Amino acid sequence: MTGPARIVGQVASAGYAQGPVHLARREAPAYTAKSTPEQELQALQLAVDSASAGIASTMGQVCGDASDILEFQLAMLEDGSFTDAAAGMISAGATAHAAWQAVLDAEIAEYQASDDASFKARSADLADIRDTVLSALSGESTQTIPPGVIHVDEDIAPSRFLSHDWSLGGGLALRRGSVASHVAMLARARGVPMIVGIGDSAIDDGADALLDAEAGELLVYPDPEQIAAFNHRRNASQTRQREADALVSHPAVTRDGEAVEVLVNIADPEDADRIPIEHVDGVGLMRTEFLFGGDRGLPDEETQLVAYSKVLAWAEGKPVTIRTIDAGGDKPVEGYTIAEDNPFLGLRGIRLSLAKPEVFRVQIRALLRAAPYGALKVMLPMVSVPEEIVQARAMFAEEAAGLASAGIAHRMPQIGIMVEVPSVAITPERFDGAAFFSIGSNDLTQYVLAASRDNARLGALGAADDPAVVSLIANVARFGLASGLETSLCGDAASDPEMIDVLLGAGLRRLSVAPARVAVVKAAVRRFARGEQPR
Amino acid sequence: MTAMAVSDVIITNEVGLHARPSVKFTKLAKTFPCSVEIATKEEGPWIDAKSIVKVMGAKAPKGTRLWLRAKGEQATAAIAALTALVERGFDEGGGHDRAS
Repeated sequence: MTGPARIVGQVASAGYAQGPVHLARREAPAYTAKSTPEQELQALQLAVDSASAGIASTMGQVCGDASDILEFQLAMLEDGSFTDAAAGMISAGATAHAAWQAVLDAEIAEYQASDDASFKARSADLADIRDTVLSALSGESTQTIPPGVIHVDEDIAPSRFLSHDWSLGGGLALRRGSVASHVAMLARARGVPMIVGIGDSAIDDGADALLDAEAGELLVYPDPEQIAAFNHRRNASQTRQREADALVSHPAVTRDGEAVEVLVNIADPEDADRIPIEHVDGVGLMRTEFLFGGDRGLPDEETQLVAYSKVLAWAEGKPVTIRTIDAGGDKPVEGYTIAEDNPFLGLRGIRLSLAKPEVFRVQIRALLRAAPYGALKVMLPMVSVPEEIVQARAMFAEEAAGLASAGIAHRMPQIGIMVEVPSVAITPERFDGAAFFSIGSNDLTQYVLAASRDNARLGALGAADDPAVVSLIANVARFGLASGLETSLCGDAASDPEMIDVLLGAGLRRLSVAPARVAVVKAAVRRFARGEQPR
Repeated sequence: MTAMAVSDVIITNEVGLHARPSVKFTKLAKTFPCSVEIATKEEGPWIDAKSIVKVMGAKAPKGTRLWLRAKGEQATAAIAALTALVERGFDEGGGHDRAS
């Protein structure tokens, strides 16, 4: 047993949690060979059936895209071709486990060797099918996280995060992880406390612990004094949240009467169900990586159209800014992004979209067709030279012409850009071909300070309140105000109540924040008054 | 009497005979009692159109000429229905040929 400890990490999603530590189990139990080939075959059949039943039952709980992909997995499992091939190997003496692994590995290798990105991306589905059946064979079901615990793990997959019920409290303390990861984004959207980069300290499974994801620490076996201080901080935070919640549907107006628009960031269409549209002034950033992410492969036009039009309809006429696929960097997409030595400075965002027009054009058509459903704005990520706006606009115009000649309903949305590369923030006037600016403070900060946000070793280096970053934000806001170009900020800085003074002080009046942070950001806006600022 | 039917059709939808199209294709093929086979070359190899593993394994992208043949009861109806599905771009919506 280890003693009391204070383990420090980076805050990925603010909040407090108290509960027993739950350590992730690493090794899977080994497969026990059966005594005859007949028994092996029977075991395989049972495992395939149970995997199919599992997929079928999950299918009932999801819809749209996720359901389609499960239907595909189910069809592949029920096909019998894999089982037949495995049966051949089993009768030649292989175990069910080895045979299934070999058959699926061979199939996966073939998909991965394909030149076609869409087929290549399907290898993840096959890997999923392979692992589901292998787990069923070993009698191991995916380890569930009990409710209310502080889960300690190396890292955690988004699907794992999503399948857990967080409504009963608890939190995450990851040994590696990243504040910029998809899971961190989901945790912020849902208000699940999470810290990352806690390193390899020994922690007992089941130890009492306090997770302070405001200060960024995990207190294991806390003493009474620590517990009292923690409760005090947590209660104060809860009181602030309650007070803020009471006024969440009211507009955000500063103490001296200036209206500030507060919009919401949507990382996943389900985020829209988490917040009533009455509480916000629209969607300042809807990411589209969720469509391209993980095991779903590249989405077709129809799938994208459904996802976009759903959010536009939900917004009831309020503006919805959808960002074109921002893959690359720390967000690889199998079958789409390219492995690079230095991905943050490589082919990502709009660069990748322009380099892969066949994929980008599908998204462009879906956006054009979604536009009539509401007040759509389209935002290009990672723009670094004005020419990229020109090229993207030309592609939008070509696709619109194509849709028009095919008689398909569509509309040309406003096309703006993310301001996250220093070249844009330093000389925004060169980028006035954009219809609007939205400052991506996360990437802007890491590029200005040359400090990767997902590197826990860099600690506090790379904070959005660095004077160099704030000066660039002010520069963009000033140009926006002077030129009449709408300017907002959609990075994590906008979701941090302590940054609101800085951002409003820099001249911004339009912020887009995580769903769980709308209330506290509005409350922080109401405390602000121009001319009272220390800066 | 054993009915035989053959046909060929160009795949026009964006992603080709991919996951969702393959699910639709094999599901439809399975509704017919006859045997149905497809090939990406006229001389074969012919593969079982009711097996999604095999159909996906053909890895037929957009622009592929797909050959279909059926043998047995309702062979003609099966070929007509499957050809129509491919022609409609598997009802994916993105398969319309906008240049025409």
